[in-house]
Amino acid sequence: MKLTGAEIIIRTLIEQGVTDVFGYPGGQVINIYDALYKYRDEINHVLTAHEQGASHAADGYSRATGKVGVCIATSGPGATNLVTGIATAMLDSIPLVAITGNVPCSLIGKDSFQEIDITGITLPITKHNYFVNDVSKLADSIREAFRIARSGRPGPVLVDVPKDVQVATFEFEEQPIPEKFPLPIAEQAQIDEAIAMLNAAKRPYIYIGGGAAGLSLGKEIIALAEKMDAYIGCTFMGLSAVNGDCDRFLGMQGMHGHYASSMAQKDADLILGVGVRFSDRATGNVKKYARGTKVIQLDPDFSEINKNVLVDIGIVADVKDAFTRIAAGVSRQEHAEWREVVEKYRAREAQFDREQREQAGDKLVPRRLFDIINAHKLPATVIATDVGQHQMWTAQYASFDMPRRFVSSGGLGTMGFGLGAAIGAQVATKDPVVLITGDGSFGMNLNELATAVSYQIPLVIVIVNNGVLGMVRQWQTLFFGGRYSNTVLERKTDFVKLAEAFGAVGMTATTPVEFEAAFTKALTVKGPVVIDTYIDKDEFVLPMLPPGGSIEDIITKARAKGEKDNG
Amino acid sequence: MAKNKFVIAVYVDNQYGVLTRVTSMFTRRGFNIDALTVGETEDPAYSRITISLSGDGYAREQLINQMKKLFNVKKVEVLEDSECIKRELMLIKIANKPENRSDIHFAVDTYRAKVVDYTTDGMCIEVTGDPTKIDAFVKLMKPFGIIEICRTGIVALERGTTSLLSK
Repeated sequence: MKLTGAEIIIRTLIEQGVTDVFGYPGGQVINIYDALYKYRDEINHVLTAHEQGASHAADGYSRATGKVGVCIATSGPGATNLVTGIATAMLDSIPLVAITGNVPCSLIGKDSFQEIDITGITLPITKHNYFVNDVSKLADSIREAFRIARSGRPGPVLVDVPKDVQVATFEFEEQPIPEKFPLPIAEQAQIDEAIAMLNAAKRPYIYIGGGAAGLSLGKEIIALAEKMDAYIGCTFMGLSAVNGDCDRFLGMQGMHGHYASSMAQKDADLILGVGVRFSDRATGNVKKYARGTKVIQLDPDFSEINKNVLVDIGIVADVKDAFTRIAAGVSRQEHAEWREVVEKYRAREAQFDREQREQAGDKLVPRRLFDIINAHKLPATVIATDVGQHQMWTAQYASFDMPRRFVSSGGLGTMGFGLGAAIGAQVATKDPVVLITGDGSFGMNLNELATAVSYQIPLVIVIVNNGVLGMVRQWQTLFFGGRYSNTVLERKTDFVKLAEAFGAVGMTATTPVEFEAAFTKALTVKGPVVIDTYIDKDEFVLPMLPPGGSIEDIITKARAKGEKDNG
Repeated sequence: MAKNKFVIAVYVDNQYGVLTRVTSMFTRRGFNIDALTVGETEDPAYSRITISLSGDGYAREQLINQMKKLFNVKKVEVLEDSECIKRELMLIKIANKPENRSDIHFAVDTYRAKVVDYTTDGMCIEVTGDPTKIDAFVKLMKPFGIIEICRTGIVALERGTTSLLSK
């Protein structure tokens, strides 16, 4: 059957199992939108307020489900507005297919109206990209884009289609979805070596990252931890991979990780890394990281082995297969001494927590905020965040009852990510979604509130409002002698009125009691609700490893203002 | 780790934009290359890129791994010095002064180079060979007054009868 290029695009998306796309029309994608209109019963298009919102929504859609997220934008500014979203997906290995229109081939290279070399721009932030100048290659390029996006270590792929290619016609025949590119299967000798190392360990620590979160390995990881008497810690991206209730789970480690988790990792004699990349925010100073500790790393991406940290055994393989085989071979172990060490750290951490709660009294502090959210949030709730202090508090305090329930920009740290991503996650899962954001981050892309209202997305937006850019302020307090250069916002924005202006519900909360009332009420509202909550501008994210420092330099208590800083 | 010079041969799809993908990766990952050549191969579907660069063992391993991740890259191989033949071509323009003429001609003969252009004020010499030979020739010509140099960068093949593509 002969179809136009635009129809081929939509039919190929349908063939690839796509049911929802996010995007924004424009001159060079009118044909694609015309095809979307034709196939509107088979594919749901969510119109965002801005292309950046569409890219984050596609990303959130993917994070919450593991499916490939799809976004569409026109040429020029439409395409460049996707860039931050594509880079966000790249850094966190999120499968995404971005489709952009471009000017007709005859106008390419002439600085035509809204012409931009988007394949050139996105070269370093995509797994791969295509400029399709021949309609005969269109369907296969899109098929390959999907295959690349979801295979191995996932990531974003962009397909740029000039207008004349959308108009031209070619034969189209639906094809089955191809298998992912096969991953190497770990050699038995290497598996045996890893098993021997694990059996010899006295203080084992299982360290899970985004690579494990995507594989639904939670139960297997807990089973291994119990079998070999090990503790589990995770990276930021590994959050929600393991059920938070698990007794073996110490939470996130790293710059703002849980005290017990970071300390246990420091004291471990063996780290089994599953889908982790030893990012600088997780390791601190790599020269001091895991000294004298054996490290085993499982990852599908061979370039991750020995990239940031030199490991003793690097297994490049299908992680699920390798992990399962290793877990099966490990013998049952008891490490009473190790438990004693870690439980001591845990007790100390619990002590910090208690002190925090006691000192807070009736004040609304982040710890209390999350106590309330954790207590009242509905089962299967997705928690999305923006970037900054509120994000780290979420990572530290929020509890997750299912994998893929934490949607946050880890690697790129994109402020303004949250609202779009939360919308995408809700469209994907139909489950309750809570967005934790800050007054700074929310200000970046709050226009997507319009989208949430238009589609009546049930979404509770909690603005952790401190009137400052809290994370930078924290650094300024600690390392820049309290010189608060351009981090004091104290804007006059009335978020309640703003929410109402968009057609959403707005509330404020200044005390725990008010917040509890607002949050529980918000859960009963059909569409989006904004809760503007106020916290003190000098709340710190603690513990903290100073940048470039190591675990020995951990800061666990907020220094009073005026106390000597490190800098 | 010590910095060493090494040569990498890469087979890539013979397609629009592939060279940019490879070089963009170098920029992004902070690799600095000394020279790069690209050309057709025995198979029209592929081009061969020969890259010479210096770095420690870590850089070498990372560069190869990152290159292998690119979808248009089919084969990456480090060519060890002892197992490959390396050649480079240079065109060098030298001032033609009567008092130096015979020395230059003697050097050209010794290096099995060729004078390919000759005017009363200058001459252009073509030299082919191992990069170290080219370096030595440049050094030799320096006192005579080098006007301009153009080098192709290294091309290299492994010794023996195998082809990288079929390996």
